[in-house]
Amino acid sequence: MDFQVVVLAGGTSKNLVPLVSKDVPKALLPVANRPVLSYVLELLESSNLKDLIVVVEGQENAVRVGGWISSAYVDRLHVEVAAVPEDVGTAGALRSVAHYLTASDVLVVSGDLVSDVPPGAVAATHRRHNAAVTALLCSVPVGGHSETSGSGGKDKAKKPARHNIIGLDPAKQFLLHVTTGADVHKDLRISKTIQHASGQMEIRSDLMDAHLYAFNRTALLDILDQNPTFHSINQDVVPHLVKSQLLSLKSEVQANGASQMEEGLNERVTFQTDPLWYTQRQMGPISTFDDLATGFSHDFFPVRRAHKCCAYIASKNKYCVRLNSIQDFCDVNRDVIGDASHLSGYSFSAQNNIIHPSAELGNKTTVGPNCMLGEGSQLGDKCSVKRSVIGSHCRIGSNVKVVNSVVMNHVTIEDGCSIQGSVICSNVHLQERVVLKDCQVGAGYVITSGNEYKSESLARKEK
Amino acid sequence: MSQKRASKVSEDPEELVHVPLQAILLADSFAQKFRPITLERPKVLLPLVNVPMIDYTLAWLESAGVEEVFVFCCAHAKQVIDHLEKSQWLRQPHFAVSTIESHDSTSAGDALRFISEKNVIHGDFILVSGDTVSNMCLKQALQEHKERRKKDSNTVMTMVIKRSKPSQLIHQSRLGDDEILLAIDPETKQLLLYEDKAELSKGTITLDKTLLADNPAVCLHSDMQDCYTDICSQEVLSLFSENFDYQHLRRHFVKGLLLDDIMGYKIFTHEIHSSYAARVDNFRSYDTISKDITQRWTYPFVPDVQFCGNCPLSKLYREGIYKAVDVTQSRSAKIGPFTLVGSGTSIGDNSTISNSIVGRGCIIGSNVSIEGSYIWDNVTIHENCKITHAIVCDGVVIKAGATLEPGVILSFKVAVGPMFVVPAYSKVSLLPQPKKQDSDEELEYADSSSVVVEHPVANALGTANGEFESDLSVPQSLETSEVGASGLGYIWSISDMGHGEEWKHSIAPVSAGKLSEFVDRLHADLDLSAQEVGTLPASGELKPDSVIDSDDDTNEEFKGDYGSFEKEVEATFQRAVHEGVQLEHVLLEIKSLRMAYNADSIDVVGAVFYSMMKLALQAPHNSNGELFQSVKKVLSDWNNLLVPFCLDMDDKIEIIMKLEEMSSESAKEFSPLFSKILAELYDQDFVTEPAILSWASEKAGADESDKIFLKQAEPFIQWLKEAEEESSDENK
Repeated sequence: MDFQVVVLAGGTSKNLVPLVSKDVPKALLPVANRPVLSYVLELLESSNLKDLIVVVEGQENAVRVGGWISSAYVDRLHVEVAAVPEDVGTAGALRSVAHYLTASDVLVVSGDLVSDVPPGAVAATHRRHNAAVTALLCSVPVGGHSETSGSGGKDKAKKPARHNIIGLDPAKQFLLHVTTGADVHKDLRISKTIQHASGQMEIRSDLMDAHLYAFNRTALLDILDQNPTFHSINQDVVPHLVKSQLLSLKSEVQANGASQMEEGLNERVTFQTDPLWYTQRQMGPISTFDDLATGFSHDFFPVRRAHKCCAYIASKNKYCVRLNSIQDFCDVNRDVIGDASHLSGYSFSAQNNIIHPSAELGNKTTVGPNCMLGEGSQLGDKCSVKRSVIGSHCRIGSNVKVVNSVVMNHVTIEDGCSIQGSVICSNVHLQERVVLKDCQVGAGYVITSGNEYKSESLARKEK
Repeated sequence: MSQKRASKVSEDPEELVHVPLQAILLADSFAQKFRPITLERPKVLLPLVNVPMIDYTLAWLESAGVEEVFVFCCAHAKQVIDHLEKSQWLRQPHFAVSTIESHDSTSAGDALRFISEKNVIHGDFILVSGDTVSNMCLKQALQEHKERRKKDSNTVMTMVIKRSKPSQLIHQSRLGDDEILLAIDPETKQLLLYEDKAELSKGTITLDKTLLADNPAVCLHSDMQDCYTDICSQEVLSLFSENFDYQHLRRHFVKGLLLDDIMGYKIFTHEIHSSYAARVDNFRSYDTISKDITQRWTYPFVPDVQFCGNCPLSKLYREGIYKAVDVTQSRSAKIGPFTLVGSGTSIGDNSTISNSIVGRGCIIGSNVSIEGSYIWDNVTIHENCKITHAIVCDGVVIKAGATLEPGVILSFKVAVGPMFVVPAYSKVSLLPQPKKQDSDEELEYADSSSVVVEHPVANALGTANGEFESDLSVPQSLETSEVGASGLGYIWSISDMGHGEEWKHSIAPVSAGKLSEFVDRLHADLDLSAQEVGTLPASGELKPDSVIDSDDDTNEEFKGDYGSFEKEVEATFQRAVHEGVQLEHVLLEIKSLRMAYNADSIDVVGAVFYSMMKLALQAPHNSNGELFQSVKKVLSDWNNLLVPFCLDMDDKIEIIMKLEEMSSESAKEFSPLFSKILAELYDQDFVTEPAILSWASEKAGADESDKIFLKQAEPFIQWLKEAEEESSDENK
């Protein structure tokens, strides 16, 4: 396929502090003990998209991500890693790799996408319509994993996340309107011209923009060139493309010479003055939005489609989540070893969990279903692990409870600790009888014995 | 809740017992759109393809399985009742038609309240108006309505809608209605929004946020046509009696229910696809529906099927020509496609008729051309007349050589003089136009009209034609000349339809000129919206100049509103200067601009001052001295414009800052004159001593490069300070 893929792997996202740090950029955050970026890369690989450009914010991060990719995918994928300055935004990132782009179409994927929607299907839709942009939309997972009553579950039920407001044509093929997160709380304003051209517009607020787009290269590069202020793809570029998809014939004709316009108008007028035509044409087949692409459709609307903006709507049973907040991080980890276990790429044991053969479990220690225990980790006696991921080479003492949590690598947890709904980063040391509930502990932090924390974010001060 | 359930259980066996399906037919449109014709005959009795409209509605209701119809008559009630008695409708075995007569109802709301008092409706009923033409099957819609009611007793109404895309250009459906905007839940088909007066001027549709907060998916339709056929539950009647201010079925009732979320009443929609349903609401829809009938969309209610007792039968020929058996047609006369000629009509030599309906007993002379027109019964058209897109009512006489331009309505028994040209869109009636217009559109028909009207009509009937003319021509000598010599009738002024709006609902198709006007307007709109989003090339290649354009636009947008505000003020000011607009008007305009852009008073002062200085700069000058003179002149000329905005210290400082900014950036010509202009501003009281001093002290701490003007003004400021000291000394 003549598709180039740009993976926007981000840098050290502020949303994910303290989980991310200089040592661990967002792309390398572990989801079920492997970096989140690997999910995207393998997804692309499965659609036979192997020619990738990974864009990372920050030079150091780029080196780290590049190092990991070359070690993990050296013979499988052809990856170039490009570093861009921090805070250039997604559009800025694309701008800076623009000179690499040569293929006619470009697939842009966010590096934090964990999904099983085949990107190939999106690309095929894009090609079929010869669109300027095709966006992947997924149903918002409203209470999709509510049976695991995590701390975040309740919040989500209270306030269903309204990610985007999206207008679709009746066939659900074309994007007619896009409003992104920030302005959702105002009254919605919709372009009348587009609504009229389509006649019917379905407005959905239950769809999520998965940040996987197929772009026509020339359209994308033009828009980036012309609008140097555009910062983000989903907030600037895509809405712009959607808004400008209709073009008045006049402005087009002005480019080609005015005579055509005159002709067009005359033709239209003669048609209209014939009363029969007026009666018949409206009884005839009703034009769909698609017909506008052919310019003078039988509707004689003097508007033409400048380009098409398509949508690919993933079916409801597909999994599609972006890892963009701490809550997402917990959810994704839980889902990948739970509901969406097919994504993890591991084979689960009969108890529906994964325990690395080299892991050691003490007496009366139980590891429940939907758990994962990494390579070389040791658990003491009478421990209980439920719905949690524990990384490799962790040393966990006796009488430790780990519920609904993520424990990364090389973590030491001493006896009698209780960890609930928390994320423990690498090299953390929890001394005896530490109780954590809904906390995030940054890398290398040490919690002295007997401390109790609730809903806190603990991290070392960066020098 | 438990009570409700109980009642529902008891309802079920009742349904088994069989409740007759009832319908309310409103034989009054409560509108004036068919005036002047409706002054003399109720709208429902006007012939549509030679059959009174009400017969279409009744025939459809009968075929759709309705068993009991209540015909509500108000205006011209007697005529309606007479018609029903004459026709066979009151004597059908399984189709009971009864009339309800009211004399003081002025709206559909009043009518339903009146019916509600009569207590004749016992279950779900169908609400239609007597001008509906349809062939839809109600079974499915009724079934859906019943099921929804079982699930949710708050379901009060199911509205029938049909897909019909309004014209993109004139924002009007082919029935002449303004387009409506519906929001419908795609799953349940519940109606969430009904907007019938979507403003044309606005480029965007604004949806309330709660609409989306409550519904994850909403379907916005602008391609639907309201068929004005509703399946209602009994509650509708009680809702109307509770809310005595509900008048209009849609504007008040439907919108009222949608807005009121306390009671939680729900309205649903039923979309029909292949069947026909439309309502004759205005002349445009009269035209459209007539054509649909001749083109057989309304089958079986077509001219060659005897669908009601005494409707005239005609025979269908090729090309959609219908002719009654006893038409007398000259050999050289031509009847074009989709034309109906009623019985007893004679057509003279070389006449052509196309796309028209001609009634019974008409006499059409030779060399007459009739196109797209509706000629009712007993019309006499003399030779060489030309009729295009007109409605000609019963008994009209059109003398030789007269011309009816598109959109003309000739009411009953009007006579048009020979060689007279009736101008486009004019309405001619024997009755003078009511002098007093009811300001409220809802108050449709004149109560007294039926009384007043009978007179001249009876008169006309009673007198022989010639006599009648001369009889009336004495008192009406002026008026008769309105439609030519020996003509008869008043031309109604069209002001009551709203200026320039008559094309909208006219029988004539929209004229080419109007259309191209709309095309231009649309282009302007689109270009505007294209500019808003920045222009994007179609092909990907871009002309160099448009790159600059779009860049400018985005930059401007980026700069925010202030830049555009300043520009607007400048433009206003320029106009004031060059066109000599009065000062108060300029002030008013600037004030409204300020409101529109939500600008601060500082912004206003800055912008006004900027435009004034620009004006001074534009004046021809050769030396600094001349420039200073023009500055002085402008300042004194427009003193009164700036002063009202200079309210406090900040505004005055802003003037100095603006002057400084201009001198250093946009208008370097001022830089040598800075202190002179400052002094002039001081002299003319634009700025005050404290303002200058505080500006000076503010600037004192700035970079050296910023101090150029401060230094230039140093002597002046020094002088000011001394003067202040002196004055304070004096005070001591």
